[in-house]
Amino acid sequence: MRRFAALIDSLVYTRSRNAKLAAISTYLRETPDPDRGWALAALTDSLDFPAVKSATIRNLAGTRIDPELFRLSRHHVGDTAETVALVWPEAEGREQSDPSIDEVVQALSAASRATAPDIVASLLDSLDSNSRYALLKLAVGGMRVGVSARLAKTAFAQAFDVALDDVEELWHALDPPYEALFQWAEQGGDRPDLSATPFFRPFMLSHPFEGDSLDLGQYAVEWKWDGIRVQAVHLGGETRLYSRGGDDISASFPDIVEAFDRDGVIDGELLVRGTDQGGEAASFNALQKRLGRKTVSKKMRQEFPAFVRVYDLLMDGDDDLRPSPWHERRQRLERFVPKLNADHFDLSAVVEVDDFAALEMMRAGARDAAIEGVMLKRRESPYLAGRVTGHWYKWKRDPLNADCVMMYAQRGNGRRASFYSDYTFGCWTEAGELLPVGKAYSGFTDEELKWLDRFVRQNTLNRFGPVREVKKSLVLEVAFDSIHESGRHKSGLAMRFPRINRIRKDKPAEEADRIATLQTMIS
Amino acid sequence: MAKAKHWIEPHPQGIYVRPADVWIDPSVPKENAVVTHGHADHARGGHRDVWATPETLAIMGLRYGTEAGTPTAYGEGFERGGVRFSLHSAGHVLGSAQVLMEYQGERVVVTGDYKRRPDPTCAPFELVPCDIFITEATFGLPVFQHPPIAGEIAKIFARLDAEPDSSILIGAYALGKAQRVIAELRRAGWDKPIYLHGAQVRMCELYEELGVSLGELRLVMDTPKDEMRGQIIIAPPSALTDKWSRRLPNPVTAMASGWMRVRGRARQRGVEIPLVISDHADWDELTETIRELAPKETWITHGSEDGLLRWCELHQIKARALAMVGREEGDDG
Repeated sequence: MRRFAALIDSLVYTRSRNAKLAAISTYLRETPDPDRGWALAALTDSLDFPAVKSATIRNLAGTRIDPELFRLSRHHVGDTAETVALVWPEAEGREQSDPSIDEVVQALSAASRATAPDIVASLLDSLDSNSRYALLKLAVGGMRVGVSARLAKTAFAQAFDVALDDVEELWHALDPPYEALFQWAEQGGDRPDLSATPFFRPFMLSHPFEGDSLDLGQYAVEWKWDGIRVQAVHLGGETRLYSRGGDDISASFPDIVEAFDRDGVIDGELLVRGTDQGGEAASFNALQKRLGRKTVSKKMRQEFPAFVRVYDLLMDGDDDLRPSPWHERRQRLERFVPKLNADHFDLSAVVEVDDFAALEMMRAGARDAAIEGVMLKRRESPYLAGRVTGHWYKWKRDPLNADCVMMYAQRGNGRRASFYSDYTFGCWTEAGELLPVGKAYSGFTDEELKWLDRFVRQNTLNRFGPVREVKKSLVLEVAFDSIHESGRHKSGLAMRFPRINRIRKDKPAEEADRIATLQTMIS
Repeated sequence: MAKAKHWIEPHPQGIYVRPADVWIDPSVPKENAVVTHGHADHARGGHRDVWATPETLAIMGLRYGTEAGTPTAYGEGFERGGVRFSLHSAGHVLGSAQVLMEYQGERVVVTGDYKRRPDPTCAPFELVPCDIFITEATFGLPVFQHPPIAGEIAKIFARLDAEPDSSILIGAYALGKAQRVIAELRRAGWDKPIYLHGAQVRMCELYEELGVSLGELRLVMDTPKDEMRGQIIIAPPSALTDKWSRRLPNPVTAMASGWMRVRGRARQRGVEIPLVISDHADWDELTETIRELAPKETWITHGSEDGLLRWCELHQIKARALAMVGREEGDDG
């Protein structure tokens, strides 16, 4: 447990992705089975002990420490598990032990509601403060150490020098503590056969299109929808919905999961139906209301009904179509989708255009709320994991631009910790007031960043904690993919993917764009 | 207010000893002031007469220019308006003192800030029996338990072993914490030069003058970047994310403070190596001290007074919070 606790702590305190990867891969290489598998599951929130809840440990704390002192401490610390770990009294002269994670997991799995408090208490009694923290986080979940499933998989691939795609595929098919996965990665054993299980298949990704022309005889055209890419799997009687990173997001979208009832694997764009647009796809803003929720109320489901606009068919029944060319998969897809519940699934249309010039026109004119641009897919391409050149291209519509005035700046993270690199900018109202319209932290060169940092330091008006308010004198040309109405900001606007295009040292702040101008860009 | 007319009155700007017309640690200029130690939230410039230890007067001299004052060593004191004042070691920083006041048979102790753990840079805490114990409570919650310092110092060495090309940048308050960290590094066998931010230099020099040896110290400003690889640098906490840190080779940020006990605090500040090193009493020290002294009353000046008050209530110890202002938590934790 101590080694695991040390890993957790090093992950808590480091912000560098590479350092996190290194810490996890070292741990995985140096720790025996099954502990490393349990650790991996704990880091990715894949463990569940139904008998141990946050309330269990809160009540438990009340048996060892005055509830009022606990409440005050909890208030200060802000996290129940950490508070319990810190205040749990250590009996003098008691030997602290270092149980394996497996022993802990076995003990917690065996717990019932009734026995859980005693089991957790005796474990806490035997551990040091850091191990207590690790134990409680493992028991109740919610590690929050900045490790996504994707990062954990990457660390695993690094640790054993295996392909990330393989790890992604196998990972989701296996249950903790993943001994078969470790055996395969470490000793090069046979890949476990998983064909009929609802695991995640890595997505095929695209490159930005940067050419002047393309032979549309070889490439098919589809709209690029502005939602989130998902994979829905229904195999072996189970259904799962995965995000692009391979995270299981089934719980956030029960409507989709319930409706997907045919054996197969589809790749599509998750969108929310916009009521004001005749049932068409709404902007990304609407979808955001549904993202990241652990449970979804009936009201949410009704107000923001989710559906998948299907791009591709990876498995039809247990028939793996991935090696087949796109046009064959497309034919099968066109037969597959009509069998699904039309409220929740529709087909992403293939766009018919005569020639490339017509396509350029069409792309430029596309300002539908949910269209991000077009996709160009080679008709002969198999479905390949990852971003392989020469097969799929994304051709986003040209970004919109606005001249905005820098209002606030905030320090960045990691390498940028000493630079003011996150900027909030605004545009003018008719009354001559500046209201924030967005925030950007990319698009500039290192040289420009140095210049911007100096500007912020020399023009600070006020400090609000980590935020500096600056003199409203610098015009930034901001590029963004689209702009939407939003109740979250005072300006009533929200930009999608804003980035700093140019620093307009030449332009007086009074001549920056007005909110009214931005409103005309709403798609 | 149990005793509204007590001869000692808590005010937002300090503790007033009425019969003597003396203030303890006043936050605004007063005629007569006893200053417990040199931290800015206790020692202010501009008083007419000051009583403090010679070390505290020297520190105030450094910070506020020449300061008129009566040097008062530990165990010594003065009498005024029938009140007998004496200073006793508080173990917080060099020169820090508790104030014992005796008046009409009643003994009152004001701790200022204190700790009970050994500190190579200052005299140890003295337990002074009293009727009314006026204590700080910076870390007055049971979550705050400072681990043995050797283990915290070892974290620095472990990181240097793992990343020999990096430098370790330790944020430490300029008065007390910086010197204690340096002295503990020396005690643990680190005999290489330690590099300082400019703001740390004068106080370190003063400590040396007052007999606390800190080994070889160099200024970051005067050192080429590559020379600091694998070395330890000490800077005020405010400089950790400042432009200044760009002159260091791959700095790994550490911070020496009792607040580092809470993970969120360390993360908030972007600290990679939290060093739970404090010059304040932790929860066990605060409660143990009250238990040992068994005063008739405990008054709590500043910090997490709710937590310590609750503990007193549970242990049937008469206690009250004085709600002093101007002593909010700072980087000297």
